[in-house]
Amino acid sequence: MQSVPPPPLVAVAGNPNTGKTTLFNALTGARAKVGNYPGVTVERRTATLPTSRGPVELLDVPGCYSLLARTGEEQIALASLAGLGERRPDAVVFCVDATQATRSSYLVLQAQELGLRAIVALTMVDEAGGAAPDAKQLAAELGCEVVPMVAKRGVGVKEIVGAIERALAAGPAEAVQRWTPSPALADAIARVKSALPADWPETDAIALWALMSLDAEDELVGVPESLRRAVAAVGLAPNAVDDEVVHARWKWLDAHVQPLIKRPPDRTRTQRVDRILLHRAGGFAIFVAIMFVVFMSLFAWTAPVIDAIDHSFAWSRAHLHTLLPDGIIGDFLADGVIAGVGSVMVFLPQILLLFFFIGLLEDCGYMARVAFLMDRIMKAMNLHGRAFVPMLSGYACAVPAILATRTMERQRDRLLTMLVVPLMTCSARLPVYTLIIGALFAGSHWTQGFLMVGMYGFSVLTALTAAVVLSRVVKPLRAKRLPFVIELPPYRLPSGRDVLRQMWDRTAMFLREAGTVILGCTIALWALLYFPRELPAGSPDYDVLIQKAPTPEARTALENEKAGAMLANSYGGRLGRAIEPAIAPMGFDWKIGVGVIGAFAAREVFISTMGVVYSVGSDVDEDSPGLRQAMKTAKRADGKPLYTPLVGLCLMIFFALACQCMSTLAVVKRETGGYKWPLFLFAYMTVLAWVVTTAVYQGGRLLGFS
Amino acid sequence: MSTLVETPRKTPVIITAVDGARSFRRRLMEMGLVPGTAIQIIEVAPLGDPLEIEVRTSRLSIRKAEAAQIRVEPRR
Repeated sequence: MQSVPPPPLVAVAGNPNTGKTTLFNALTGARAKVGNYPGVTVERRTATLPTSRGPVELLDVPGCYSLLARTGEEQIALASLAGLGERRPDAVVFCVDATQATRSSYLVLQAQELGLRAIVALTMVDEAGGAAPDAKQLAAELGCEVVPMVAKRGVGVKEIVGAIERALAAGPAEAVQRWTPSPALADAIARVKSALPADWPETDAIALWALMSLDAEDELVGVPESLRRAVAAVGLAPNAVDDEVVHARWKWLDAHVQPLIKRPPDRTRTQRVDRILLHRAGGFAIFVAIMFVVFMSLFAWTAPVIDAIDHSFAWSRAHLHTLLPDGIIGDFLADGVIAGVGSVMVFLPQILLLFFFIGLLEDCGYMARVAFLMDRIMKAMNLHGRAFVPMLSGYACAVPAILATRTMERQRDRLLTMLVVPLMTCSARLPVYTLIIGALFAGSHWTQGFLMVGMYGFSVLTALTAAVVLSRVVKPLRAKRLPFVIELPPYRLPSGRDVLRQMWDRTAMFLREAGTVILGCTIALWALLYFPRELPAGSPDYDVLIQKAPTPEARTALENEKAGAMLANSYGGRLGRAIEPAIAPMGFDWKIGVGVIGAFAAREVFISTMGVVYSVGSDVDEDSPGLRQAMKTAKRADGKPLYTPLVGLCLMIFFALACQCMSTLAVVKRETGGYKWPLFLFAYMTVLAWVVTTAVYQGGRLLGFS
Repeated sequence: MSTLVETPRKTPVIITAVDGARSFRRRLMEMGLVPGTAIQIIEVAPLGDPLEIEVRTSRLSIRKAEAAQIRVEPRR
């Protein structure tokens, strides 16, 4: 069999905020495939573009200002353009923002030094107006085709396809060097070039890249040690090399591209809006209002939809139980599979909505202003200003919040945010707090309210402390001299298509990759609490008793008692007993242990698990008097009441700190591409929860509370 | 010789050099903050940090500690 050659590869690259994604979407419609670059959580979008020369594979390269790289994620742009480890593209479309043509062209220069065949998409020509350079003159200076475009309205899309066809027909390009290196630099380039690995293109440009990128502080992966040694042996002052090269390129740009721009772009509209939105008082008020809307919509306004999803799945489960005979298959389908699908679906409203808002805020240019306004506060915790929206979303649910960390470009910022977001009081903790506060702190509404607010305050404090501590202690999270350089792009009308595309792409990715893990875990957890489906030896024959029950109430009570006995004897129940010595220092008995294990599916499941444990049925909620009563009357082995206010407080602290949520872990696994970070997250939060809860319980007992 | 952080708001000055960590100074230079370029502070964030700066018709945000690494001289 003859192997079919792959279709030609064309990359789309450019600075951030230059309309790259809009162009990509305009070219490819709804055909994009979203995946990940290996090892890093940077989205890799590809699509097939039909041309007169046959299909072409189009690759969306992450936005960047330069092809030089210091970090793994910056390396992607270079790797996908220069063909280091990735396939080298046959042509590259560079989005050059017509309102900032000089700066955007810097990347084109670098690419041409690498010998790439470049095409320039001159974007935003409508916005630039008279400030846009003449396309013909720019083409003459850059030595490549320049297509003026307004991608949002589809202007220039046909022409760009034509330019791609012509570029592919022209074949490989020659490297274009527009400046002459000094003798010392030329000598260094020659020496490094001979040390390049055999499978890398042996060009001056790659040697120069190595010379400028490799030093003691870079975080690049896949660079051979021999090359590092060759670079280190050159002995040129790194800053001198940087100065020479970057200044030389800018000198060329200032001499050849800048003169084509007849007047500066009109930014009065953006400046006027910024005078309001970045105003000391007014700007902050508007910021709070916008964040309030984002938060309330996640927290409260999705509630009816989430409830509807919950109810429809509960209805399906009940219906399935009536359709199928009692037994393992019916229970598996209803309580394992359907419940598992339901536990994935409940995340959809919040994920869709959060990505809708993020897309909107990002596209219109406000997200950069959020970072600008909040950087001072976030910096104090060694977090990026952009971490604010994910942190805030964490109050609704950690799952969408962790997905939202993608708005940060640096892996380190994303990781740190992911590791502290699960400490925020998510809405799944609320029913647990409500149950405990309602059952054990009966009395004044003031006390109850104070406790609830206290739990929120506690979570803010722990999340912020965790951020500071983790960023000092854990090496990959350490706050090195991380420069904060962000662009405040002009305000632009968001494109509905781009926002909806991104919202859908990311949700689909969640369903495909995290959803399957969550479903699997739900089923595994169900099995843990279901099997071996035997009553312990010496139990009364419940089936006979239920048959003979005099009243429906007695019958239900017996059924609940049987379910409780089965659960206590399940593998999960036995596990609860097995971990009792570990949880006893926190004041918990094995029944709480079973509840904690059950809560791993989702924290609010604690309540229904406790309902079964205390034989009041699984059909309980946080306000059920039966469960509250059962908790109030529960006794320890020595006859003392189990649920004292101290134990209640400890239980709340434990739920606040422990990573009792497999969906969170599944999403962290998906976003970090491995088991290392979810395991770390689980370990540090569990240890933290155990230590703090034990300290509170033992301290409380010393102070005379029981 | 002074640094950008010491210049008053809305006063264009000329960059003479960028100091600091290699990745930071190179990122700024590649964005066009090379010696000879005009730069000015437009606004300070409401909480006192970071700064909004204008350079080559684009608006950027950098922290004060970083602005202290940008050496500038008055416009001739």
